Amino acid sequence: MSNNLTMIKAITQALDQEMEKDNQVLLFGEDIGKNGGVFRATESLQEKYGKDRVSDTPLAESAIGGLGIGLAVQGFRPVLEIQYFSFVYEVMDSIAGQMARQRYRTGGQIDMPIVVRAATGGGVYAAEMHADSLEGLMAQSPGLKVVMPSTAYDAKGLLTAAMRDDDPVIFLEHMKLYRSFYEDVPFEQYEIELGKANVSRPGRDITIIAYGAMARTALQAAEELQAEGIDAEVIDLRTIAPIDLETLITSVEKTGHVVVVQEAQRQAGIGHQIISELSQRAILFLEAPPYLVASPDTIYPFGLIEDEWLPASHDIVDAAIKTLEF
Amino acid sequence: MDQNIDEFKPTANQPVNYQALLKGLQDLYPMIQVLDKDGKVVEEDLVPDLSDEQLIKLMEKMVFTRCLYEETMTFSKQGRLGFYAPTLGQEASKMASAMVIDKEDWLYGAYRDIPQLISHGATIAQGFNWSRGHVHGGSYGSQGEVKAMVPQIIIGAQIIQACGNALGQKLNGEKQVTFTYIGDGGTSQGDFYEGLNFAGCYQVPLVVIVQNNGYAISTPRKLATRAQTLAQKAAAAGIPSVQVDGMDPLATYIVTKQARDWAAAGKGPVLIETMTNRMGPHSTAGDDPSRYRDKTSFEYWKERDPLKRFRNYLSERDLWSHEHEEQIKKEYVKEIEREMEEAESQPDMTIAESLEWMYADPPAHILEQIEKYQEKGV
Repeated sequence: MSNNLTMIKAITQALDQEMEKDNQVLLFGEDIGKNGGVFRATESLQEKYGKDRVSDTPLAESAIGGLGIGLAVQGFRPVLEIQYFSFVYEVMDSIAGQMARQRYRTGGQIDMPIVVRAATGGGVYAAEMHADSLEGLMAQSPGLKVVMPSTAYDAKGLLTAAMRDDDPVIFLEHMKLYRSFYEDVPFEQYEIELGKANVSRPGRDITIIAYGAMARTALQAAEELQAEGIDAEVIDLRTIAPIDLETLITSVEKTGHVVVVQEAQRQAGIGHQIISELSQRAILFLEAPPYLVASPDTIYPFGLIEDEWLPASHDIVDAAIKTLEF
Repeated sequence: MDQNIDEFKPTANQPVNYQALLKGLQDLYPMIQVLDKDGKVVEEDLVPDLSDEQLIKLMEKMVFTRCLYEETMTFSKQGRLGFYAPTLGQEASKMASAMVIDKEDWLYGAYRDIPQLISHGATIAQGFNWSRGHVHGGSYGSQGEVKAMVPQIIIGAQIIQACGNALGQKLNGEKQVTFTYIGDGGTSQGDFYEGLNFAGCYQVPLVVIVQNNGYAISTPRKLATRAQTLAQKAAAAGIPSVQVDGMDPLATYIVTKQARDWAAAGKGPVLIETMTNRMGPHSTAGDDPSRYRDKTSFEYWKERDPLKRFRNYLSERDLWSHEHEEQIKKEYVKEIEREMEEAESQPDMTIAESLEWMYADPPAHILEQIEKYQEKGV
């Protein structure tokens, strides 16, 4: 049985089916109950599972994170919603300082099966301090897994896997992708393994590595490159911590050219880590310097220059041509 | 209807008297005291119903905590401990409250709460190894053999986590409660207020013990808040609270007992402020209280020493003798030294094994690093 869903509906379905299957799964967050979340990811789940399992919390991100830790100690599998990931600074200690640490500080004795879900990214002219790309902060913290889906199918399978994982998973949902497409998604539950990238478009000439919304922009760029006679391979990371280097290296060994794309600002991001690892592990296969397409190093921009600020498919095409012509 | 303005009755038709409002709330939070500083009963009705054996046990726990303080100061000078937070003066605040904690209750303490952690079932060696930076110090069993979280360092984080723990107990239909400890300094932290607010909203079985020992490192309590009591901070979250003489073991015990009964009955969280004093340094990492405290304050608090007070109380009832105290002190010192050796004899940790503590299933980059460090032999 298949169903045609937006990404947000695929997320709701993943939550719904896992809650039905496992009554240790609890949802906590701001406005997630009656209101179903500001993006409606938890729509009608409180009605179905009750207020104990789908709970509107007071407005305090740090405490939402702390609550999840205590609940995990008591054997629950909390799924916490941080309304916008731009608010993560308010819950940094609970996530990076505490959740990430508990297994280590107990010598592996404690599981922390917590999922932190949040809307991330930009491109929807959100209010100030509502859009940002802070996944790098999470990926820098050992002990966390960081997942960013780019399709409805991936969102459902990755979220299902995240909820069954015994370590904290930061699950970042790009807000521009929530309702921008419908895709066929199996109705039955399925898992997509965390930590594995997806070759979303096979190709011979160049490897384009991206994640989140940029994974779709990269596919668009690949189509544009095809028109120029360039056969690009697109890899959607799906999980940015840990990074599936094996898949990346296999691709680079084939193509010899790399463009990495991230929506985040250029400085100190995921893209640099990928390029560094590829340079160390596959330098002899590289025929040109790897290129990074990223946003400029300003604060996430004012709404009225967002479109110019965000990487676009032509930026990826330009970078691809540069590296191929190097 | 979610909010109804008619519930808020208009009263006096006169301007707000801010001066009167400032006068304060301390009358609502009278300090509970059972024994005065010399061990005389001042409130007969509040004397807890403890057997002679229990009274002796409580004193022994306090004497143990004093011995632990003295030994840890020596160990620190010898370089045998890492960061350690001394507890001199806080023996009643810690052990009289810890005596109420049931073995099946959960404890979310902070770095100065090693005595309660030991009282709750962790070994002394584990307390030491937590300080020394050895994983043995945080390994209390995967099946919750000791129902305690590893001591918290980030001030206030234990409050929000303890709230989640207590909510878990409530959802699991348990009758147990969660205890958490924080200092006066910690009540300035956002997580403290967030935790209390959540605890109130979810009506969780949580007992929050604020050990007001007078200082946040060097900053005196009076500089940290304009509130006359720390107990009253719970009022904003709709949580009942009480201030107790934390140098008085009987008052601390009875107040904690009532709080636990309240929380265990499903009536919601409680906050207790124990008025105590940190008579030593903040930590063994070079803090010198003479930089920020005058001599008279040490003398003042020494007169209120919880051991002196309880020794007098018990001696008058022929339950305690100097000889007994000297005898158990010798035993405790021996035990503590044995446990220090036990801590030191734990196998060395390796980077390779510590990498295994990062994830339930080590991902490729961790496996790669395990191999690398195994080869290096560390």
